[in-house]
Amino acid sequence: MAQKAIREYDAKSILAKHWDKYFPNFTYAYETVMVQNGSELAAVAKDKKWLNEKALVAKPDMLFGKRGKNGLVLFKDAKPGDVSLAKAISWIDEKSSTEQSVYFSFDGDTPTGEAKTDMLTHFVVEPFTPHAQEEEYYISATCVGDDDVLYMSAEGGMEVEENWDKVIEVKFAITDTEDEIASKIRANIPKDVAEKDKEGFADFAIGFFKAYRELNFAYLEINPFVMQGSKIELLDMVAKLDDTAGFMMREQWGDVEYPTSFGMEEKSPEVLAIEDADSKSGASLKLTILKPEARIWTMVAGGGASVVYADTIADLAGIEDLANYGEYSGGPTTSETKFYADTLIDLMTRTPDKEGRPKILIIGGAIANFTDVAKTFTGIIQSFETYAEKMKEHKVKTYVRRGGPNYEKGLKDIKEAADRLGLYIEVYGPETHVTDIVRMALAK
Amino acid sequence: MAKLYTRDTQAIFWNNNTSAIQRMLDYDYTIQRKKPSVAAIVAPTSSNKFEKFFYGPDEIMIPSFKTTAAAKAAQPQADVFLNFASFRTAYDVTMEALDIGGFSSMMITAEGIPERLARHMNAYARAKNVTIIGPATVGAIVPGAFKIANIGGTIENIVQSKLHRAGSCGLVTRSGGLFNELSNIIAINADGIAEGVAIGGDRFVGSVFIDNMLRMQENPEVKYMILLGEVGGTEEYKVIEAVKSGKITKPVIAWCIGTIAKYYDSGVQFGHAGASANGEMETAAYKNKAMAEAGIHVPASFNDLPLMIKEVFTSLNLPAIPEPAMSLCPSVRKSKEFICTISDDRGDEATYAGFPISSLATPETGKGIGDVVSLLWFKKQYPKWATDFIETVIKTVADHGPAVSGAHNAKVTARAGKSVVESLVTGLLTIGPRFGGAIDGAAEYFKYADDNKLTPAEFLNHMKKEGVPIPGIGHRIKSLKNPDLRVKGLMDYAAAHFPSTPLLDYARTVEQLTTSKKENLILNVDGTIGILMVDMWRALGYSEEDINEFISSGTLNSFFILGRTIGFIGHVLDEKRLAMPMYRHPMSDILYDVQVAEKI
Repeated sequence: MAQKAIREYDAKSILAKHWDKYFPNFTYAYETVMVQNGSELAAVAKDKKWLNEKALVAKPDMLFGKRGKNGLVLFKDAKPGDVSLAKAISWIDEKSSTEQSVYFSFDGDTPTGEAKTDMLTHFVVEPFTPHAQEEEYYISATCVGDDDVLYMSAEGGMEVEENWDKVIEVKFAITDTEDEIASKIRANIPKDVAEKDKEGFADFAIGFFKAYRELNFAYLEINPFVMQGSKIELLDMVAKLDDTAGFMMREQWGDVEYPTSFGMEEKSPEVLAIEDADSKSGASLKLTILKPEARIWTMVAGGGASVVYADTIADLAGIEDLANYGEYSGGPTTSETKFYADTLIDLMTRTPDKEGRPKILIIGGAIANFTDVAKTFTGIIQSFETYAEKMKEHKVKTYVRRGGPNYEKGLKDIKEAADRLGLYIEVYGPETHVTDIVRMALAK
Repeated sequence: MAKLYTRDTQAIFWNNNTSAIQRMLDYDYTIQRKKPSVAAIVAPTSSNKFEKFFYGPDEIMIPSFKTTAAAKAAQPQADVFLNFASFRTAYDVTMEALDIGGFSSMMITAEGIPERLARHMNAYARAKNVTIIGPATVGAIVPGAFKIANIGGTIENIVQSKLHRAGSCGLVTRSGGLFNELSNIIAINADGIAEGVAIGGDRFVGSVFIDNMLRMQENPEVKYMILLGEVGGTEEYKVIEAVKSGKITKPVIAWCIGTIAKYYDSGVQFGHAGASANGEMETAAYKNKAMAEAGIHVPASFNDLPLMIKEVFTSLNLPAIPEPAMSLCPSVRKSKEFICTISDDRGDEATYAGFPISSLATPETGKGIGDVVSLLWFKKQYPKWATDFIETVIKTVADHGPAVSGAHNAKVTARAGKSVVESLVTGLLTIGPRFGGAIDGAAEYFKYADDNKLTPAEFLNHMKKEGVPIPGIGHRIKSLKNPDLRVKGLMDYAAAHFPSTPLLDYARTVEQLTTSKKENLILNVDGTIGILMVDMWRALGYSEEDINEFISSGTLNSFFILGRTIGFIGHVLDEKRLAMPMYRHPMSDILYDVQVAEKI
């Protein structure tokens, strides 16, 4: 996926790094630290005076919003603005020691939908910034359709969603020049922005949008930012990067990480290994584990074909039976294919089916354009050789359908290998409809 | 542009992706195109001037260039640009080609070009009215006319999927793998496709479904269309609008894959980068429903798509498409180790650049050795004034007496009892920068001075800075008053027969300056030959680049080698006749100055 969410701390760090370029008329103190627990905060406080001197705010930094409504923003001990370093340390230790439930949507202050439960592992700590409500503003930018859209509102903070009708949307074509962008923004400053701030707001918005474009953000939101003359505070930020631009943004982004969302299962070592292999290969290797105990596993070549197989399995068997989603394509080498097959077959032969049914392995694919079928199938055959005993133990039934360069040899080889190893296999070529093997597998 | 490509369409292929190019040429040969579909290759890091490929059983050479600009200048008719650069450079390569201009469509294969760059590139192309196919695509095909790179797979699959000749379907897909699959399904259930485009899997692609389908609406060969969409994005709605508003009137069959995505939250990325639903409208199920409501033929599932195609196709009641003649690519081919472009001994009689030897050998043919040189060295029929000049040069340089170092070496070797050829090459090996090299040097430096419009004085200064005496200037004894008659002969011939002699004219002004400093600094015979050769080639219409290449490849020196061979052989035969003994140089003629070696 090209668009990846980053932590609030990283978003602020990126803006801070380029602050003078985009916001030369404003100052931003960039007083923010990210820690994983209380003792880490105590350690960084030795170098950062403000942590000891100022009242603090602490909150988790784990890609989810509505932290205030979930009671996960520490801004008061006895009264707002009195949080000491010691209090922040103990609060972070407390919140990070047990699993927390987080709701992602609210109706007023009442949570709706289901909560997700997970450990809190990352927190940001910043100074408490006393300010008036009318100094809070909202700004964000993203791409909608073919255009970039800038959203601006005089209502910042929690109010922005309730007052979404007051948000001004300005669209920009990718070809708009800097001058066109600046004049469009100046012409559309929300009328509720305080008269004294209007000029500054426009100036800030122009810099913000320029930073969004030039730093290859896919989404960038500050809600709210506080404007006190030329002094800016970024109270809350959400950002996504276009990670395909990573190769040219290495310097600009610095050391940024793409964390797993809160409540999402951590990626398994197998998935991480496939991701690693994918990143080192000119070919494409993708794997998502949906339900490791399910009985149908797919090893499908091609981004489009893999989706069609998943659709068909969902239609004919239901998603309860689908264990994984993934694809290999772009002419992987024999050893890359073997590694991919090893990973899948190892995963599918760990636990027996609950009802004692045979497991199903779908080795599918459309008619390849350039991937050498015999070469990739050699990798799969090598994997069969390694896992033959386990496959027999789990009564794995393999269904193959593939076409493309050298497919006759590939199909013949895999059939011979399975027969030699005593594995159940059915093999079909391009004369069989691409997803028909799913129907055949389920009919047995 | 009602049709994306024709049988005359030619492409410039950026990156020497040999297997993809070979696939294109196999296709060309199979469908019996007149010209190969790849006119030039751009390979920035290669110095090769051409790459060899098979064309059926034979091999052909496709010119290779370091830059797109050079390729386009050499092959201006090639109006398709196939960009096989990596995701890091694909943007720059496309933008450069758009600026060079003259392309009607471009295909970009790289997956994962930064989104902002892809959007910029697509908008820039649109403004220039250039159709972009991709990024992240396997390409497009107009069966029976032109196919991009790997689309359609192997030649066997192409014929099996009836992609070798135009059918009636206009096909658009996102996925490249499923494009192939659908071609096969359409071949089985209908009569093949008339035009097909895989628009690419990235979120931002150049031409989208609607762009291609509106063109197919105008293409009379397309009788109905098939659209294979995906979960994510809203491009399918533009097609729905066009069907509703009557912009598209041909029957459309469509299916969006990715119906499974609704079961999972957005954390699971199905398929391509573009395939991620933001909101219900972008789900496959919603799009399939909306398309069906607009009157598009939508099957119940992907599994039922073949049936739907058969149904719609049969209802159109189209006449059967005649099967055109095809050539068969041999399955085993061996690349040739050597290439020859000057002579051929395979026929009845060996030929020099297409001319049988008997047509130039005897006196009554009116052809001389100059004609043979022009055919075998330059693969051209030079006019008589030029072949006569070549012969004049050969005769002029044939010998310069026994004292010059090359002749001396040949003679010494012959006296050591060696054969004619051994003695000859000893003499020839002496030819180089100091012996005979003035012809090359004179041509190079005088041409440089003339090209850069240096006055004679500036030229002299330049050579002084280089620290080189001007090649081709100066003679041991001859001067303006006592001219070298060989030089005079060459100059008189040129004055009488060359259309013009601009470089010689320039050299004469230089000579005026040098002889004013010292009498014997005249234009000598080597200089005159080198300079007049340049004038000859200019008059024959060669470009300055061609001429520079002649100079750097040593062509001028070759005239000296050829001519002087006659003289060397004469000296060797002379020694054989005289039967002179082994030569030993007299010790009295050697200055001995040998010190005891120091210890270090």
